[in-house]
Amino acid sequence: MKKGKISTAARREQAWGYLMIAPTIIGLIVLNVWPFIQTIYASFCKHLGFGHYKFVGLENYVSMFQDTDFWRATGNTLIFCVLTVPVGIFISLLVAILLNAKVKFKGGFRTIFFLPMVCAPAAVTMVWRWIFNSEYGILNQIFGSHIAWITDPKVALISCAIVAVWSSIGYDAVLLLSGLQNISKSYYEAASIDGASKITQFFKITLPMVSPTLFVTMIMRLMTSLKVYDLIYMMVEETNPALTSVQSLIYLFYRESFVAGSRGLGSAIAVWTVLIIGVATVFQFIGQKKWVNYEV
Amino acid sequence: MKNSKRISKIITYAALIIGSVIMIFPFVWMILTSSKTVAESMQIPPTIFPKHLLAENFTDALKSLPFVNMYANTILMILFRVIFAVLFSSMAGYAFAKLKFKGKNILFSIVLMQMMLPSQIFIIPQYQMVAKLGLANTVAALVFPGLVSAFGTFFLRQAYLAIPEEIGEAAYLDGCNQWQTFTKIMFPLTRSSVAALTVFTAVFAYSDLMWPLVVNSDLKMMTLSSGLATLRGQFSTNFPVLMAGSLLAMLPMVILYLFFQKQFIEGIAMTGSK
Repeated sequence: MKKGKISTAARREQAWGYLMIAPTIIGLIVLNVWPFIQTIYASFCKHLGFGHYKFVGLENYVSMFQDTDFWRATGNTLIFCVLTVPVGIFISLLVAILLNAKVKFKGGFRTIFFLPMVCAPAAVTMVWRWIFNSEYGILNQIFGSHIAWITDPKVALISCAIVAVWSSIGYDAVLLLSGLQNISKSYYEAASIDGASKITQFFKITLPMVSPTLFVTMIMRLMTSLKVYDLIYMMVEETNPALTSVQSLIYLFYRESFVAGSRGLGSAIAVWTVLIIGVATVFQFIGQKKWVNYEV
Repeated sequence: MKNSKRISKIITYAALIIGSVIMIFPFVWMILTSSKTVAESMQIPPTIFPKHLLAENFTDALKSLPFVNMYANTILMILFRVIFAVLFSSMAGYAFAKLKFKGKNILFSIVLMQMMLPSQIFIIPQYQMVAKLGLANTVAALVFPGLVSAFGTFFLRQAYLAIPEEIGEAAYLDGCNQWQTFTKIMFPLTRSSVAALTVFTAVFAYSDLMWPLVVNSDLKMMTLSSGLATLRGQFSTNFPVLMAGSLLAMLPMVILYLFFQKQFIEGIAMTGSK
């Protein structure tokens, strides 16, 4: 297509197009594309202070891979995902199925389950710290136990996972509920006439039909769990003996970059986290072919 | 048949009620603890209801944190982030969905790229920009990464794609130019998506912890979230005051939520499923 052949109207449309995307695209380049490049570059640099960097090659990566805290943070993040994603999705699906039945006060139940979503994690974690308090916390009082939920290195990550699951059930259930509501009632009617039991109906109709929504919900939950930070930050402060057994990658990133001031190393941790997220996404998309049903 | 139906109904309600109790208990416990004295909160066995309603914890919380500033900072941050997200994302979303221009796909891939990367990969350079501009410890710094929204652009593009082409053509025949078609005809049609984006942006900004912690270290310039986070180490035994503070930080959003539950839930679910 030559320039002369574009009509005035088309040229005007093109001009409007550029004009209307300009703020967003310029903003994204300044705020995201350029910082992305800078972070990758900084991961090969040593921060000299005041935003000045010196190229040091792979030094940050070498010291990162030699650091036990870093490997523990990677391990903690992965364990956190294993603890939260399957359990969280399972409970959310259960809640969604219950809410999809003919129940009274459906809206009320939904409102209650969704409530943690609109509360800042900073505020919500505060009450969980109190519930988990080893001496006076209500949880140990109820069970007559003496578990140091937040300071015992073996338990603290599980405590964080409990809070994470509790916070996310409502959100995931609402997403799954919308998937369930899209399944036509006629499938179930036909199945009942054929004499299929409720359990057979669940595995033959509900699960395959809801699998695309289930997949999206799982991916989102996995992404959020890999990036976990605020909840663990609020739960476990730097002086807590359980810190290295709970600290996630992004928490370590925060401490290296903004508390210790080693922005080069911090950048390397951020790049590493992106790589892990990328690998996890690829695996999920390969795995989905085995169980997600798109022939609806 | 009738009996088994009744049993399944009872199980359904029982499960939902037990689940709701677990969900709501931390909030109830927060409220109850917030009006106990320290001694009462540590009593063994614990009392459930406070002996007398104590307002002191709330005044103590208000003294230990500048709540008025924190409320103001949070509201201003949310307000500006929502305005920018809605304005710029509507424009870009419309252009990406409805207008023809060269390089559209490449430019849109920038939007997708931003959405796929975790925000932490941008945060150090963003912080350095804010510092260099001398904006640290201002409301502008809180708004800064939210000046444009890749997610909003993606989300509103979907909304504009769902509008049939004929509507735009009709407006064109009526003599509207692109800008008029956008502002007078198209934008009003995306009202429910704009509402969803507003809720999403507001809740996200309100919950965000790392950026406000990094960029505003002055207590008077903190948001509710980051201000509350500074209490984490202090008062480690004074849980009633911590609960009162958390309650004060949570209350505005929870009240809004209870009034507009439908918009909140549908808004957040809509943004999630796209």
